[in-house]
Amino acid sequence: MELLVASAIGATAAAGTYLILRLRTFAVVLGMTMLTYAINAFLFTTGRLVVHMPPILHGHAQVDVADYTDPLPQALVLTAIVISFGMTAVVVMMALGAFIESGDDHIDMPDDDRIMPKLKTVDDPALTEDETA
Amino acid sequence: MTHWLIVPVLLPALLGPLMVLWMRHDLLQQRVFGVIGSLLILAVALKLNTMAADGDVHVYRLGNWPAPFGIVLMLDRLAALMLLLTAVLALAVQLYAIGSGWDRKGWHFHSLWLFQLMGLNGAFLTGDAFNLFVFFEILLIASYGLMIHGGGPMRLRAGVQYISYNLAGSTLFLAALGTLYAVTGTLNMADMAERVAMMPAEDTALLRTGAVLLLLVFAIKAAIVPLHFWLPSTYANAPGPVAALFAIMTKVGVYAIIRFFTLVFPQDSVIETIATDLILPTALITLTLGQIGVLGTRSLTRLASFAAIASIGTLMIAVARFDTPGLTAGLYYLIHSTLAGGALFLVVDLIAARRGGDFWLRLRPAIRNTGLVSALFFATGIAIVGLPPLSGFLGKLMILSARQADPWMPAIWSVILVTSLIALVAFARAGSILFWKSHEMDPEPGNDTDEGEPPAPGPIPTKLETDEPIQDVDDSAAPWLSFMATGTLLAGSVALTLFAGPVTRYLQDTAIQLNTPELYHESVLRRQEGSR
Repeated sequence: MELLVASAIGATAAAGTYLILRLRTFAVVLGMTMLTYAINAFLFTTGRLVVHMPPILHGHAQVDVADYTDPLPQALVLTAIVISFGMTAVVVMMALGAFIESGDDHIDMPDDDRIMPKLKTVDDPALTEDETA
Repeated sequence: MTHWLIVPVLLPALLGPLMVLWMRHDLLQQRVFGVIGSLLILAVALKLNTMAADGDVHVYRLGNWPAPFGIVLMLDRLAALMLLLTAVLALAVQLYAIGSGWDRKGWHFHSLWLFQLMGLNGAFLTGDAFNLFVFFEILLIASYGLMIHGGGPMRLRAGVQYISYNLAGSTLFLAALGTLYAVTGTLNMADMAERVAMMPAEDTALLRTGAVLLLLVFAIKAAIVPLHFWLPSTYANAPGPVAALFAIMTKVGVYAIIRFFTLVFPQDSVIETIATDLILPTALITLTLGQIGVLGTRSLTRLASFAAIASIGTLMIAVARFDTPGLTAGLYYLIHSTLAGGALFLVVDLIAARRGGDFWLRLRPAIRNTGLVSALFFATGIAIVGLPPLSGFLGKLMILSARQADPWMPAIWSVILVTSLIALVAFARAGSILFWKSHEMDPEPGNDTDEGEPPAPGPIPTKLETDEPIQDVDDSAAPWLSFMATGTLLAGSVALTLFAGPVTRYLQDTAIQLNTPELYHESVLRRQEGSR
């Protein structure tokens, strides 16, 4: 079981990392989702992997700690899932907005962000035409 | 047990949603309640500072659970100091946003502002590692909203980059926390520190991995060099006041590094000097690259962004050894660089708005109010570069003297001094392009109406069109408020110089308190007086 879980986490994380390094927003969002899945599964395993054991104490009978699994990672995973889910929704909306506003879905910044544009002057018809086009 | 500790988190958490629910269409009410909220937070921060000044570590147990099991908030001198700094910066910048009319460019500016404050305050107060992650997310969500406030294609694209980078950082944060939990079995910082101290040295491979992962996460937030790529585009494209508030955001990363590597992984523990070995060289590179960026950039907003990176470099050089003189100097420089960095972003916004939204460093006709704006730019430049008489000079001097006996002293001194010269050249060049050479050009037709009647103040329009990169000066509701807010931040730098003696003594006590983490363990774990 340990091998299966570990390799699943590793494969998902690797795929996620690869996708994040792509240039398009869709791939990056997808990669981010896979990476958060991998991290959530990883968080779940931090309390050690056990089967057939509940995380919640029940009844007032004799309680043996060895009969229970660590509840804290499960609480952490729950929080992490909620946060990463919300964050993915935010990044999808933002990516959509950026795509609609700027016309392409590249993740890197266009040249206008670094290179000084020419000053617009009234006696430069070519430039003003370029602007309206 | 006093309940004051939770007020800085609870107050904005309640006021923000109320503003969204009941004042969403009334900008005037939003402004009034936003400023009242910031004022109240400032008042509470002052109160908490007087509480923390007794040198004790105050603990607030949420739900009154005993410490390693429940979440705790803890207040020491450093946390109180950061709260106060945040409150001062946020209030001044909020006034600027109102004065310049930036808050009209989109919806919910003021409630997002309060959420941002909630996240910041929570991150400074929390004593639980996972809780720190949650507060990081809160402040990041609010910062995403603020960063794209006003819209426009460029800003949205920069926003997507910013979110992606931070999301990757958040997953890394969770990985680090998971690793540390798997090794120590706890997430309470004080408890974790005790277990780290008890751990035998040969079993610490995974612990070191977790510590370095955590360091990477905080380095992303602080924009230390190999991980700084998100900062220039983000800050340069964010609205001016938002970028000014972000001056405290990078400091959150520095705060978290200081907190973790003095409390949980102190130098004499099994982690040894792993943080120092990594931080000091990268801090030197950060400073160098930042100042070269300041010199090399062709845009005003990027000039301020690279100055922010450079200030982080200087700060990390100071704190890299986590010794008392270094921390004292570093904290002094932290206060200074937050105020001066915020002021720089505001001045840049003032200039850009008066140049018709052109923030490129090129010749334009002289702007209106040239005298006042250029005086502000001059003063801010002095503060940022670190020339006397403002606090940047004292801060750098303290850092230099703190690192006098360091084995790396030649490298540290030469990097700090040479990069200061580079920054001086950069700011002199920017200032002469903006203010001196512009006088040789003909004034723009629209710019000589400054003496005329100002337009009658009508009712505040709720929202302006959004897709402008920069706020136009004609839309500003009260330009005097913008100037006053910028002046306030600079006055903070002046005050920091005038009261350098008492401030330094206070910071020295803070550094000593940071370097005696036993007090934390005592307060959080043993003295459970409030709980059953």
